[in-house]
Amino acid sequence: MTLDVQKIRADFPILHTRVYGKPLVYLDNAATTQKPQAVIDAIVDYYTRYNSNIHRAAHHLSNLATEAHEAARRTVQRHINAEHEYEIIFTRGTTEAINLVAYSFGEVFINPGDEVIFTMMDHHSNFVPWQMLCERRGANYHVVPFDENGDLRLDIYQNLLNSKTRLVAFNHVSNSLGTVNPAQEIIRMAHDAGAVVLVDAAQAVQHVDHDVRALDADFYAFSGHKIYGPTGIGVLYGKEKWLDAMPPYQGGGEMIERVTVEKTTYNKLPFKFEAGTPNIVGPIGMAAALDYLNALDFTEVRAHEDAVLAYARKKLLEIDGLKIYGNGKLHTSIVPFNIEGVHHYDLGTLLDTRGVAVRTGHHCTEPIMAALGVEGTVRASLALYNNFEDIDVLVESIHQALKILRR
Amino acid sequence: MLTIQEIQAQIIEDFSFLPEWDERYAYLIELGQKSPPMAEENRTEDNLVRGCQSLVWLARECHQGVVYLQADSDSLIVKGLAALLLQVFSGQPAEEVSQADLHFFETIGLNQHLSSQRTNGLLAMVNEIRSFAVQCVGEGS
Ligand SMILES: Cc1ncc(COP(=O)(O)O)c(C=O)c1O
Repeated sequence: MTLDVQKIRADFPILHTRVYGKPLVYLDNAATTQKPQAVIDAIVDYYTRYNSNIHRAAHHLSNLATEAHEAARRTVQRHINAEHEYEIIFTRGTTEAINLVAYSFGEVFINPGDEVIFTMMDHHSNFVPWQMLCERRGANYHVVPFDENGDLRLDIYQNLLNSKTRLVAFNHVSNSLGTVNPAQEIIRMAHDAGAVVLVDAAQAVQHVDHDVRALDADFYAFSGHKIYGPTGIGVLYGKEKWLDAMPPYQGGGEMIERVTVEKTTYNKLPFKFEAGTPNIVGPIGMAAALDYLNALDFTEVRAHEDAVLAYARKKLLEIDGLKIYGNGKLHTSIVPFNIEGVHHYDLGTLLDTRGVAVRTGHHCTEPIMAALGVEGTVRASLALYNNFEDIDVLVESIHQALKILRR
Repeated sequence: MLTIQEIQAQIIEDFSFLPEWDERYAYLIELGQKSPPMAEENRTEDNLVRGCQSLVWLARECHQGVVYLQADSDSLIVKGLAALLLQVFSGQPAEEVSQADLHFFETIGLNQHLSSQRTNGLLAMVNEIRSFAVQCVGEGS
C-alpha cells in the first residue's frame, strides 16, 4: 500500500489557502508543521467543553481536563515506548527540555573538570545550554565535527570520549543538513565510556525510528509543533533513575508535596518538574497529532517522504549551479541548498511571492554555516503531506526567480 | 531639492506602475545595481549592520547638519531596498531625517522586509540612520 496523500492533504485546512493569490506550497516543515483538522478540533473541543485547571479541584470539568491531560502523557509514552508514564515530562518544547537537563542534571552530575560533548551540527538549542552549563560548573566541552558530506566524524568522537566525559548530546536528525545520525552507535559509544546521553529528537520523531528503549537514550527531547501538534508544548523523556536523582528545575505550585516555612518537600515524578499551571491543552493537542499519525502506517509515511525527497534532490540538482549541502549516508526530509551567484534571501523572497514557503538563513545553526563556509542556505523541508507537484512548483519557481536574479 | 515626503510620493508612484511582484523586484534589483558602488574603504566591520539573513554596510557622514549615506548589501533585494532608503534620506537635513514619517515601504507592499530586526538588517539600518541623524543635528548647531 502507498500513502493516500490526496486524502491526507484534505485533512490539513491551511494547505488550501492562498498566499499572494497563489496556492500555498509549504516547504518549511522543519521550522514547524501544519496541523490536521483533528488537532484543531481537539483544541477547540477542550476550550468549548471542559476547560478547567487540573490536578487540584474536585469538580467535574477539572476531572475531565486532568484525565485528558494525563491520557496525553500515556499517548506520548506509548509513542516513544517509554517504560513509565512518569518518565514523560511536559515542557514548552525541545529547547526547554534541553535546558531542564542542562540545569537540573548539571547541578548534581557536572563538576569542575568534567567534560560534555555535543556536535557541530547541533541546533543552537542543543549547543548554547551546554556552553552555559560548562561555564556555570567549571566544566569543559568538546564539539564533534562533521565531514564534507555532512556525516559526523565518529572517529574523532571516539577519541574525545574519556573517563571525564559525563554527558553527550546530539541531534538524531540535523535540521540544517538533514543527516540522520547513527544514534544507536553514538549512544553505545557514550555508554561504554560511562557517559549519559541526551538525544535532540526535534527533527527525528516525525521522520525516523523513535523508540527510546531501543535507542537506550537517557534523555530524549522533542517539540509538539514539529510533529503536527500545537506550539508551546514539548516533551522531555528521561530514564527514571536520572529524573529521580535530579533536583527540580523551577519551584512553584504543582511541583510540591508539602510546604512549610522551614522546609518544602517535592512532588513525585513527573510533577516535580512541572511547576505552575501547565499548558493544559498543549498535550491534548499533541496527543491528537500522535493519534492522527498512528492511524497511518509509519512505513508508508517514510516511504512517501523518502520518495518525494529523492525526487526533490534529483530535480533540484538539474538546476544550473545548484549545490545541495546535506549528502550524508542517511538523510531525511530536508534539502539545504544554494545556487551559485544567488543570495539565499533573494531567492527565498521571490519564491515567497509565488506561494512557495521555504526557510532561508542560518537556521539557528551558525556553527554549521561557518563549517560549510556560507552565510546561509535555502532550505526546503518536507512533511507527510508534501507531494511531487509541490516539488514541481518549487523547481519551476526557482527557474522563474533566476530569470530575475540573473539578468 | 525634493523633500523626504515628495521623494516618498514619487517612489510610491513609480511602483504603482508595477502591479506584478516580479516587476517590482526586478525594478528593485535594478535600482540596487545602478546605485553608485560603495567605496571599498567604507566596507568596514564598523559599517556592517548584521541581519540574520543578509549583510548590509552603511556609511554615514554629516556635513553642516546634512546627512550623507552610502549602502551596500550582499543581497540584491536588500541592496535595492537600501537604495530606496538612500534616495529618501541621503542629502537631507538631519533634522528632517530624524523626524520623517517613513511610510513608503508599507504603501508599496514591501513592509515585510522591515518587519523584524533580525531578518535582513534593513530595520536595523533605518534605526542606525535615525540615531545618526539625531547626532548630526547636534553637530550642526
Ligand atoms: C534539531 C532541533 N533542535 C531543537 C530545536 C528547537 O526546538 P523548539 O524551538 O521547538 O524548542 C529545533 C527547532 O528548530 C531543531 O530543529
